Amino acid sequence: MNSPQEFDDRIRTILAKHGRLNGDANTFTPDTDLYLAGMTSHASVNVMLALEGAFDIEFPDELLKRSVFASIASIRDAVASIGQT
Amino acid sequence: MLPVPPAQPGLRVGIDIAQISAIDASLASFGERFLRRIFSDGEVAYATGVPALTAQRLAARFAAKEAAMKAFDLSEAGIGWRDIEVTRAADGACALALHARAAAIVEQSGCTEISVSLSHDGDYATAVVAALAPR
Repeated sequence: MNSPQEFDDRIRTILAKHGRLNGDANTFTPDTDLYLAGMTSHASVNVMLALEGAFDIEFPDELLKRSVFASIASIRDAVASIGQT
Repeated sequence: MLPVPPAQPGLRVGIDIAQISAIDASLASFGERFLRRIFSDGEVAYATGVPALTAQRLAARFAAKEAAMKAFDLSEAGIGWRDIEVTRAADGACALALHARAAAIVEQSGCTEISVSLSHDGDYATAVVAALAPR
């Protein structure tokens, strides 16, 4: 079980590798707007696939929304919700 | 469940651009999982039919899916990528085929005529989706 901080740090690591961001994801707050930070829709797909591999989950269609990938906090909430189903 | 807005007459347009080398990088990183989560069986068969053109063809189709998302305001609807599909006729003409919730939402939007156009140059592929809802 990860602490919230560890959870966010795992997401930051994935964002740094796959998010194609204009900045260091390790400096982002949970609410930093990832699209304003340069993430494209294609990069969000890469992030989704990397999250699925890292957390051993699969995003259902109903979570394939632009807003789900808008911030570390929204990604954390989505990953947690999948883990609960 | 996203509420479906009432039918709105008029023209809808969406456009998107995708970097071919970035699509190639996704293929290298995620392989078959990237292909099967995003593209239909028909799209994969066409794109992989000529290995040298696979990333280019996938990039154009990815751009078309995004263009459709914009044209039909689907970004918050929770639509699977495979439910927006580019089909190709024997003469090379491309069309958009919508499935599942994407098809239901677009049908309820009143759009009866949908066109898609794909293009590419250098490292970029682009697509435009236009749709008409009769007045």
